[in-house]
Amino acid sequence: MKKLLRELIFPLIAVFAAFIIGGIIVIAVGDAPFKVYRLLISSSFGIFDALGNFTYDNWGYTLFYATPLIFTGLAVAVAFKCGLLNIGAEGQLYIGAFAAAWVGITFAKLPGLALMPMAMLAAVMAGAVWGAIPGVLKARFGSHEVINTIMLNFVAIGLVSYLTQNHYKAQGDPIMQTVQIAEQTHLARFHTLLAPFGLNFPQRIPLNVSFILALLVCFLVWFFLWRTKWGYEIRAVGSNPFAAEYGGISVRRQIVLAMALSGALAGMVGINEVLGYRYRYYHDFSPGYGFAGIAVALLGRNHPLGVVLAAILFGALNRGGLFVDIFTDRVSKDLVQVLQAIIILFVAMEALFRGWLTRFVPALSKWH
Amino acid sequence: MFRNIFNYTLIASTIRLSTPLILAALGGLYSERSGVINIALEGMMLAGAFTAAAVTVFTQSPWVGVLAALVAGILVAALHGLATINYRADQVVSGTAINILFLGVPALLSGAFFDSTGATPQLPRDQVLPEVPVFNAENWPALASIFNQKPLVYLALLLVPVTAYVLYRTRFGLRLRAVGENPEAADTAGVSVIKMRYAGVLISGALAALGGAYLSIGQNSLFTRNMTAGRGFIALAALIFGKWDPLGALLACLLFGFAEAVAIRMQGTVKIPNQFIQMIPYLLTMIVLAGLIRRATPPRSLGVAYVKE
Repeated sequence: MKKLLRELIFPLIAVFAAFIIGGIIVIAVGDAPFKVYRLLISSSFGIFDALGNFTYDNWGYTLFYATPLIFTGLAVAVAFKCGLLNIGAEGQLYIGAFAAAWVGITFAKLPGLALMPMAMLAAVMAGAVWGAIPGVLKARFGSHEVINTIMLNFVAIGLVSYLTQNHYKAQGDPIMQTVQIAEQTHLARFHTLLAPFGLNFPQRIPLNVSFILALLVCFLVWFFLWRTKWGYEIRAVGSNPFAAEYGGISVRRQIVLAMALSGALAGMVGINEVLGYRYRYYHDFSPGYGFAGIAVALLGRNHPLGVVLAAILFGALNRGGLFVDIFTDRVSKDLVQVLQAIIILFVAMEALFRGWLTRFVPALSKWH
Repeated sequence: MFRNIFNYTLIASTIRLSTPLILAALGGLYSERSGVINIALEGMMLAGAFTAAAVTVFTQSPWVGVLAALVAGILVAALHGLATINYRADQVVSGTAINILFLGVPALLSGAFFDSTGATPQLPRDQVLPEVPVFNAENWPALASIFNQKPLVYLALLLVPVTAYVLYRTRFGLRLRAVGENPEAADTAGVSVIKMRYAGVLISGALAALGGAYLSIGQNSLFTRNMTAGRGFIALAALIFGKWDPLGALLACLLFGFAEAVAIRMQGTVKIPNQFIQMIPYLLTMIVLAGLIRRATPPRSLGVAYVKE
């Protein structure tokens, strides 16, 4: 219990502090913070709509927006555990999404039983390859993964933009998107899943099997990192590469493995986006999921369970932001991005809060 | 067709497109030479671009706009400094947060002040930065198009030798490099690591913001959402490609600016897709960083927070 509290206290302080600063910004642009925050929360977690009727919309969309963030949060967390900072989830998820669409378009003749897993695997593998590149560059040449992942983001987006524009777009389509993928690759939405139970989850909410997959992957990542030899070795490299090397672990191999795994997780965003939501690759679809993944991982303390909670928080902010945009005069949904950034800064500045906390609550100093 | 692409206007637009890169890359150089990674150049440029445009709307003077951008850049840099130097936040994480922050803040503020999330109002022609009239455009059209540039272009070019001098020939530069290479030794010799790193980071914010201001009220006449479009990262790439050296960074910026100028001209005319030309800076940087052409070695203590013993 005490351990859990210790893990939760700094993330909670960071979120709380970010909301205070966000409130000051709201006042500065001339609106009422409590009104904005109430709107933000009721439209993302509320189970009743404005008329008092029961609704699935708020939670449904919150979890839908949380799904890609679980994947990118896990991606960043796995790399973190190996001592690597993967700023490249953004590029990896684009490559993964395009690969899923490519399979769904190219092999449209295959039956769903074969094509569906192929499309999912394509997203995972493509993301893994794209993630492994900076891993190999670091292991082989010692070049810093941060710079290489940043550079590869731009290369990835250029590459899929070229492929979409020149090879996979429907003739005369003014929108930068590929043709549709085969119908048998569409993932079931919660509408279909919950219908047998007599629940009328609306078809329009794109929450789909990917969310369940995301939770499953969380468990698998936890199991891999804390219950397998390979996971142990990755964590050993992360906590002290020299000791790990001395203990007979190949640091280079673990770096490549961790980056490939990280890329694979980021690539899974494509499963939700392409197979579960739009049924095609739509260019520029990500509003920065890869970068938000850094926030999710940090806030979730690089633990799968923490990642899920943080992803739901950010999913809720994204959902609520749309309502803030519409129902307030002076605050736009960009407030959400600002909050997200401030949360990252505060989580990263843990030393600041730790100093305060131990000064005012001396008993806490024994914790660290 | 070849002549349509390669003529004197290509030189002119190379210079124009390189300018924001040069300013931001030189900014990055001060920060990184002092040992603080600055991937927040993008966010600092956005802060500068927005502030310059917004303040010019209110004051009707682009010069006040430039000055305000300078202040904004320094403030943003102070935030990066506070997080990374005082509270030892991870420098990359802090930089990422600042980049996200300044995607949001300009949109939030322009939404509140100008009722449009994304853009500031268009400035009239006489309120954007004027060009320096070196040549008479009627008598010397070619020379005028190359040399009649915004003052920030000349400032950027002037700052290259100035930075080289400061870095390699002054006590300030020696100290800056010392805290970036070996902060323990510098500290022992009586140099304040914190002060020097703050100096590096603040200068970097100021210069990156100038690069942003050049985009919004020099090249254009308004701020638009995410108008830097990755230029902060190209500047970072140029800094690395130029091996953290002012002259090297200048040449890299000119090369990347040239590639962009060619890409714009080739749009829809040549078989090489635009996307591949735009990838050049990023690919070159990765190759150089891997040491495949000529190795680029970062300052030795880059990214390492300094804790005084």
